[in-house]
Amino acid sequence: MYRFDRDLEVRRTPAIGLAAVAFAAGALAVYGVYRAGQPRRRARYAGHVPDSALRDGRRLGWREQTVVGRTVTIARPRSELYAFWRDFANLPRFMENVRDVAVSDTRRSRWTVAAPGERELSFETTITEDRPGELIAWRSDEDAPVRNSGRVVFRDAPDGRGTEVEATIAYDPPAGAVGRLAAKLFQREPNIQARRELKRFKQLMETGEIATAQPGAAAPRA
Amino acid sequence: MRALTWHGKKDVRVDTVPDPEIVNPRDAIVRITSTAICGSDLHLYHAMIPTLQPGDILGHEFMGEVVDVGRGNTSLKKGDRVVVPFVIACGKCFFCDRQQFSACDNSNPVDSADMSETLYGYQTSGLFGYSHLTGGYAGGQAEYARVPFSDVGPIVVPDELEDDQVLFLSDILPTGWMAAENCEIEDGDTVAVWGCGPVGLFAIQSALLMGAHQVIAIDHYPHRLELAEKLGAKVINYKHANVHKALVEMTGGIGPDAVIDAVGMESHGFALDNVYDRAKEAVMLETDRPAALRQAILACRKGGRLSMPGVYGGFVDKFPLGALMEKGLTVRSGQTHVHRYLPKLLEMIRDRRIDTTFLISHRMPLEEAPQGYRMFAEEQNLTTKVVLKP
Repeated sequence: MYRFDRDLEVRRTPAIGLAAVAFAAGALAVYGVYRAGQPRRRARYAGHVPDSALRDGRRLGWREQTVVGRTVTIARPRSELYAFWRDFANLPRFMENVRDVAVSDTRRSRWTVAAPGERELSFETTITEDRPGELIAWRSDEDAPVRNSGRVVFRDAPDGRGTEVEATIAYDPPAGAVGRLAAKLFQREPNIQARRELKRFKQLMETGEIATAQPGAAAPRA
Repeated sequence: MRALTWHGKKDVRVDTVPDPEIVNPRDAIVRITSTAICGSDLHLYHAMIPTLQPGDILGHEFMGEVVDVGRGNTSLKKGDRVVVPFVIACGKCFFCDRQQFSACDNSNPVDSADMSETLYGYQTSGLFGYSHLTGGYAGGQAEYARVPFSDVGPIVVPDELEDDQVLFLSDILPTGWMAAENCEIEDGDTVAVWGCGPVGLFAIQSALLMGAHQVIAIDHYPHRLELAEKLGAKVINYKHANVHKALVEMTGGIGPDAVIDAVGMESHGFALDNVYDRAKEAVMLETDRPAALRQAILACRKGGRLSMPGVYGGFVDKFPLGALMEKGLTVRSGQTHVHRYLPKLLEMIRDRRIDTTFLISHRMPLEEAPQGYRMFAEEQNLTTKVVLKP
C-alpha cells in the first residue's frame, strides 16, 4: 500500500510540479494586486478582531484622538436595547460623567458632563447615523470643549444569548487651558470608563438596577 | 448596629457602625439571628486575600428575619425567615441562566469588578464580606445586613427547623455537596478527601449519600478525623502514615477515582514542599500554599476526577501539571453555585437525611467574635465551627 502510493506520487510529480508553479505564479500575481490595494492592512494584519482590540487603535482623522471600545453580551432583545439607548435622556443613568442630556429634536441634544473641580461642561451633539435596532452614531459639534463621537452597534448574539453590544467612543483633546482640563477628565483612563459604562448599561438592562456596595450611592437615577 | 470588622492581620473587632439601608429596588434588609465563622474567613483573618480595607464587615454565612424589602422584590415579605447564600447573583445574566450563580456577571459593582478582571481575565461575582475583589459588600457577622438581589438568593425556611439545622445552607453544606457532585461518583468509586474541616466533612457526608463505595479522609487533627469516621469515612492521619502508599493499598492498587482538595490556599503541608512554599510566600513569589492539592493530584487514579472546593486566590508554584496531563485527570472547581442546591438540600434536612448540627463546637455572642476567630485559627482540633448570635 505504502509502496503503491509512493510509486503513484513519483509518476505524477511532473504534472503536480507544473500545476504548483502555475498556481504559485497566479497567487503571487493576485497577492501583488491585493497588496497594491491595501498595503498597510496587509502588513499589520491582526486577524478577525474588532477595531477596539487593535494595538494602535483606529484613525478617524482627528489630531490626537483616543479611541476606546468594548463589546458586551446582554441577555435582552436587540430592539429593547436600541430603544433605551436611542432615548439619549437615559444615558446619564449609566454614564457616570454625563450629568444630563436634554433632547432638542430627533437628531440634536445638549449634553452636560462633569468636569474637574465641581465644574460642568456643555456641548451640542448630533446623531449622524441611525439604523433602528442596529446602530446609533453621534458626534459633538466642532466647537465642543472636547470633540467626541460615539457609535454603538447592536447584533444578535448566537443561540438566544441576547444581543452583542459594541460601543466605540472617540475623544479629541483640544488646545487651550479649559480644553486641557476637560481633556484630562475625558482621558482619565478612558478605556476603563468606557468599559464601566457599558457594564452599567448591561446591569441596568438585565437586572433593572446597578450593583453597588456603597450605602445610598450609585443607585440608578430616575 | 454592632458588627465584626477587619482592621489588619489577626486584628478583628466588634465596632458600632451605621445600619444598612435599602439602596436598590431588589434589596432586602435582614435582621441576623445566626451567623458563623467560615474557614475561608481565616484567609481574611491571616490577610491572605488582598483588597480588604480597615473597617470592612466580615461574614458570609448568615440567616435571619426580613425586616425591610425594596419595591422591586415581590417574592419576599417582612417577617420571612431566610438563609442567605454567600454568593450574590442577579438571576438574569448568561451565567445565572445556566445556574452558574457564582459566575454572575452583574453582582460585582463595576469599579471593583475591574480588579478581578485583571487578576482572573473576567470579573467574578459579588460575595458578602469577602474583600473588595468580590464587591466590597458588607458581611453578615453583624446585627443587620443588606441583601442585594434578594428576590433570587435567600431561601425561606420553615419555623419548625432550628437556626443550627439550616444555617449552613448559606455556604458550607452546598459547598461540600457541590464538591462531591463534581466527583461524578459512580458505583464502586473511592473518593479521597483532603481536609476534615467543615467543607471536607460535608463533602464526605455528601459523597456517601451519592453512593460512593468508600470515602477516605485525610487530616492530622485527631478530633476532626474522629468526626469523619463517625460519618462513615475511613481515615488517614498524615502525621503518622504515608498518604500515597495508604491510598494505593486501600484501593487495590488503582488509586482513588476522585480526589477532593477541601484544604485550599493555607495548607499546613506534609513535607519539604511546604517549607519551600512558606519561604516563597514570604518574599511574595507565591500567594497560595498548595501542598494538599499537589498530593491529591499525585494520588488520583489515571483518568480520575479532581474536585477543588478549597479556596485559592492567586498563584502557586511547583504545580504538578505533568501528573495532571499524563494521567488525564478532569478538574472541576469554583465558588459554589449555592442557589442551585438550596431547595434540594433544605428538603434533605427536613427529611433528616442530612444533619449539620454535629459540626458546631462553639456558640457565642457576636460581641465575642474576635475570640471566636482566634480559637478557630489556633485551636483547630476542637474548634470545628463557631456560631455567633448577634
